Amino acid sequence: MNTHKATTSLSRLKKAAAFGLVIAGLGLTATAPLHAQNADVPSNIKWTIPFGVGGGTDVWARFFSPWLNEHIPGEPTIMIDNVPGGGSINGANLFASRARSDGSDWLGTSASTQFPAMLGDRRVRYDYADWTPILATPTGGVVYAQPSLGKDTESAIAGLLENRVKLAIQSHTGLELPVLIALDMLGVDVQAVSGMQGRGEGRLAFERGEADIDFQTTSAYLSSVAPLVASGRAVPLFSLGVLNDEGQIERDPAFPDLPTFTEVYENLNGEAPSGTANEAYAKFFASGFTLQKLIMVPKGTPEELVKTYREAALQFVDTEQFKQEADAHLGPYTPIVGDVVQRHLEQAMALDDDLREWLADWLKTKHGASI
Amino acid sequence: MFDILLSSLGQLFTLDHLLYMVLGVLVGLVVGIIPGLGGIAGMALLLPFLYGMEPSVALGMLMGLVAVIPTGDTFASVLLGIPGSSASQATVIDGFSLAKRGQAARALSSAFLSSMIGGLIGAAVLTGFILIARPVVLSFSSSELFMLTLLGLSMVAVLSGRDLLKGLAACGLGLLVGTIGMAPATGEFRLNFEINYLFDGIPLVVIGLGIFALPEIIDLLVKRGAIAGEPTRLGKGWRQGIQDVGKNRGLVARCAGIGSLLGTIPGLAGSVVDWMTYGHAVQSAKDKSQFGQGDIRGVIAPEAANNACASGAMVPTLLFGVPGSGTAAVFLGGLLLLGLQPGVSMIETNLDLTYTIIWSLALANIIGAAFCLGLARPVASLTRVPFVILAPLITVLIMFAAFQATRSPGDLLALGVIGALGVLFKQAGWSRPAFLIGFVLAPGAEAYFYQAVQFQGSAAFMRPGVLIIGAMILAALFLPMFRQLWRKLRSNDTEQAPAAGAGEAPAAGSKPITISGIDLVIFAALLGIAIYGWFHLADLTLLGGLMPRLALAIMGIACLLEIVRSLIRKPTWQHQPLLQQVVWLVGFFALVGAILMFGLITTATLFCLVFLLFIARLKPWGAITMSAGVAIFLVSMAKLLTLTYPSGLIDPLLFG
Repeated sequence: MNTHKATTSLSRLKKAAAFGLVIAGLGLTATAPLHAQNADVPSNIKWTIPFGVGGGTDVWARFFSPWLNEHIPGEPTIMIDNVPGGGSINGANLFASRARSDGSDWLGTSASTQFPAMLGDRRVRYDYADWTPILATPTGGVVYAQPSLGKDTESAIAGLLENRVKLAIQSHTGLELPVLIALDMLGVDVQAVSGMQGRGEGRLAFERGEADIDFQTTSAYLSSVAPLVASGRAVPLFSLGVLNDEGQIERDPAFPDLPTFTEVYENLNGEAPSGTANEAYAKFFASGFTLQKLIMVPKGTPEELVKTYREAALQFVDTEQFKQEADAHLGPYTPIVGDVVQRHLEQAMALDDDLREWLADWLKTKHGASI
Repeated sequence: MFDILLSSLGQLFTLDHLLYMVLGVLVGLVVGIIPGLGGIAGMALLLPFLYGMEPSVALGMLMGLVAVIPTGDTFASVLLGIPGSSASQATVIDGFSLAKRGQAARALSSAFLSSMIGGLIGAAVLTGFILIARPVVLSFSSSELFMLTLLGLSMVAVLSGRDLLKGLAACGLGLLVGTIGMAPATGEFRLNFEINYLFDGIPLVVIGLGIFALPEIIDLLVKRGAIAGEPTRLGKGWRQGIQDVGKNRGLVARCAGIGSLLGTIPGLAGSVVDWMTYGHAVQSAKDKSQFGQGDIRGVIAPEAANNACASGAMVPTLLFGVPGSGTAAVFLGGLLLLGLQPGVSMIETNLDLTYTIIWSLALANIIGAAFCLGLARPVASLTRVPFVILAPLITVLIMFAAFQATRSPGDLLALGVIGALGVLFKQAGWSRPAFLIGFVLAPGAEAYFYQAVQFQGSAAFMRPGVLIIGAMILAALFLPMFRQLWRKLRSNDTEQAPAAGAGEAPAAGSKPITISGIDLVIFAALLGIAIYGWFHLADLTLLGGLMPRLALAIMGIACLLEIVRSLIRKPTWQHQPLLQQVVWLVGFFALVGAILMFGLITTATLFCLVFLLFIARLKPWGAITMSAGVAIFLVSMAKLLTLTYPSGLIDPLLFG
């Protein structure tokens, strides 16, 4: 009885499959449409965000899209397409293989898209050299400590150097990488505990008293750590600073009273930071903070369109209204637009094999982590 | 304080607020009912409208959505056996069994009413708790979180009852599958076999659909008939469901309490809560024999908990900016877009908004559940339709749902592989929930253990919180055994059904052990995996390899013990047919192949048409209408939610 049923359904399945194949064959004979190329602004722009809905980069893109929509001639509809996975590698790979270069495909990237490319992660199948940047937004960051290390910045830095301190991180090759390098250059004995789901969890570990020091980017620091500092539950140590136009690190406009990492280093060692570690720090600081989030288009996108997009961005980034609204999302930093981004980016992303080898070795010996 | 409560209440009942909230509720119900979408898709739908909206009104809309997702997804869990979202996986077990017994309306009305009450209790608890939540949440360090994952794992013993060893082996396999991907301690990639898809691990949605939904579809196709095997009058069930909730008031209240409090702990996603409360329902019941076969308490407990949990998850989101669940993560994005920064300010300067959020949750729960209660009776009649008509539609639906997990062809293939495992487990009576619990808790157990040891050293396991949770675990494991002993001493009733979680104590009066060919296949496969895996993991560092090795050990040892136990107790051979299931599985993989080659929309439409015409033997117009409906559904979902499907060769030509 049962077997009989099975055979009849099997033969039906076969018939069904054959039928499907015939129809499929008919469909195949149709020809593919040709992709036209022109410099007109497309009516729809698909903005691939390789992160989940509601994440930092997603919110960043959703904040920017009405501004861009308003200022690009023809007011194209900007559709945000979230392709999460692989810590943004999946979405960027997909973009690299599928995106059209007629200006209708954008990509939003972040430090976690840049870093794997720099470290030579074998999952990466995209190359920043294939893309042209439209706009970049910088951010800063602050390292802060438990008051048990010291009541004010100066004494806490002294305390930092004397004790073995714990820091909760997402992964050794995440946004915290330059911070880990910086702490090592200062001679701090850091025990990095990885596996946090986002910087927020790291802060939670700090607030629970599990971590001795923590690190947050500017907007998270201002909203969540500043109240802790005000009530004496956290002491800021140093900011990472910002890169000025001459390529020098200067004090972060968001934290004018806080020394930068470079200042702290100079105070301790009597000279400016240098050497291989500093080179690695500078590169990851540039691609992770100075150019943290980027809007990219494929290289083949018509020159004129790229110019149109950049001009649209330039129209609003300096207005008071934008600055006011951007303050909560971006901190007091102005987005960088145009060729400057490209130059900085090329410089930051170029890692020679020696430096990469040094990093791999450093991660292994200092933190027991592998790339 | 009191004026803030009042002003938020006033805000709640303004026309704008109510209208937008109802809009949120409706969107939430639709995305909740369609499996695989859930809160994240719903939020994505609403987020573009948020920027520039009045915060309190926008919050009402978002809360409407968040509140009803654990309500709406009950339809798919109960009627189709598809876990609608991670929050309703436990509902599937008894809910779908009830539907198969023709009591879908009863299960649905119970579920919705307990959802509503659970949501209300959750909101009530939150109103007070939010003010003192900060120190409480902060007192849960990594070691307490690790113990909570252990508590979750101890539910395996509760749920697998007599077949403890099989349950452990299944759980071990789940733990192993859960460790695929990056090791939290060292960043090494494990068990990915150089397949790109596996670098991130297999998504929970795919596992849930594969282990529960696909085997049920195949089973129903083999058996023929409708989902509801026993014909009963639907209307009667609806009222009975309401009465069931009334009879189990205590259970509803307890589960809602557990749900709202567990929800407040960041990092312990909602997916654990439903299993814990399900386990609690099993443990607290006198007669456990019906669990898994359709016990209404198995529906009431997780449903009361998951809505309360959605409220609880707002605590870490609002106070710490650390989302407690996937939906809460998206909600957090919404807050930021509205220009609201989570943190202490939410209970200091913005307390009125916080209360608007909490009470919007409560109100939306009432509205959402009322909608669903109204829908329950007509929708339950779906279970009367011959299943062979529904099968192609459901198959397309679960593929659609699975593909939304990471939008990779791997999602569909993994669905098939996990589905095959589910079929084997279902046929041989191995515990599928145990596998799922292992999978869900593996990453948390590993990460929190590592963090606890790193942060606190050996002191981690002497903390009072750790000891309290440890005592709870012991109670969960051994109390039922003592209770059973006690009962035995009092009345010499040896016919009593053996209690769940009785450990290895051989239960008197238990049924003789049976063994089948499928059991042998599973034994061989698990032992093979254990041995192969052990050598495969040899390259990993100690820290990176610890968890997968532990999983392998649990799986291998449980398997060996079960084999020994079977040999000692001389099992009777039982024939379990598998041929038809295999045929359908092969058909499923062929379908996946066709989808990847030709595109989802084309293949799904043709597949439905052909299946309905030749296998279900529908009249042509019926088959054409339904297939067209499938195509329209897929195309409009893609347009509305900017989804993508496997495009293949044909879809781009036909559908752009």
